[in-house]
Amino acid sequence: MKRFYMILVALAAAGGAVLFLASRDQPVPGAIEGPTPVVASDGFIGYTIGSDSAPVEVVEYSDFECPYCARFATLQMPAVRRQLIETGVVRWRFREFPLPGHPYARYAAHAAHCAGEQGRFWEMHDAVFADHSWAQTGKNPARLFNAMAERSGVDLAAYKSCMESNRFAGRIEASRQEGDARGVSGTPTFFVNGVPYRGNPTSDAFKALADSLARR
Amino acid sequence: MRHRQVIAVLALVGLFVSLYLWLWKIGLMGALQCGAGGCERVQTSEWAVVFGVPVAFYGVVGYAALLGASLVGLQPRWRERRTPTLVLFGLASVGVAFSAYLTWLEVAVIHAWCRWCVGSAVIITAIWAAALVGLRRRA
Repeated sequence: MKRFYMILVALAAAGGAVLFLASRDQPVPGAIEGPTPVVASDGFIGYTIGSDSAPVEVVEYSDFECPYCARFATLQMPAVRRQLIETGVVRWRFREFPLPGHPYARYAAHAAHCAGEQGRFWEMHDAVFADHSWAQTGKNPARLFNAMAERSGVDLAAYKSCMESNRFAGRIEASRQEGDARGVSGTPTFFVNGVPYRGNPTSDAFKALADSLARR
Repeated sequence: MRHRQVIAVLALVGLFVSLYLWLWKIGLMGALQCGAGGCERVQTSEWAVVFGVPVAFYGVVGYAALLGASLVGLQPRWRERRTPTLVLFGLASVGVAFSAYLTWLEVAVIHAWCRWCVGSAVIITAIWAAALVGLRRRA
């Protein structure tokens, strides 16, 4: 019996040590942690693409660090744009929902907003999701983001100044709180004309739903 | 008596697995160590939260209860009694059913595998089997 308790204590100590080491594998605070959330909204309700008169609006709550979101953005979104947005059926609204387990989600969202300030939100959105290796390494992605910003066509000096200012942190936090209030718990989560979308998030499924809504 | 020892060890391992996933979910861990990213897809899906509480936290509570019940069952005054085994079997049955549901979600709905979740499902099934053995041995 004594041996059993020794094994149990050893196991507990080993497990505790592993958890402790894993918890220390956190990003260095400051530059790579991203903007500090500010609970305030400037009334901004998300970047959109598509016609203002589109009969269907899809709101997407997304996390730039989420692999599922990246998969959707790279595999499904091109067809959604081609079949639904460019044809005037759907207007797509992007809202941030940075998850707590993602240390760089707010940083990435802020980077997209800084590009958006220069009219390049969707270019940066696409770049961040297309080269998603930064989200797998757990390392400071600042340099990669600078390169993505340049590729997206933004003025790098203005982008860097924007990133240092953290001025869009409030927007991002407000977006997250909005998601909370709407019952969003994971990403990506979609609302189609205000109704939570529970189906498989594929371009075909969105097309079938949007077409049926547009016909009403 | 051996089955309660086995359950205690397995419950402790399961406790650490669910604790890791829960701490990650609430932002106290670094990047999730999982390999191909299936864990994140599962953990960030809408099914990773039930009644506003991360699913992993239910695991923490469940494994802690199993660990506690098995340790109580190993104390001299409870050793010959059947009640701890019944409690362990009941708890493990609930755990197996919940794990089966979560595994089905991974396969049929989320279309991604979380290795830690599969590990937890194997652990709870082994606990259930050990409890069943204990139940058939009467003590």
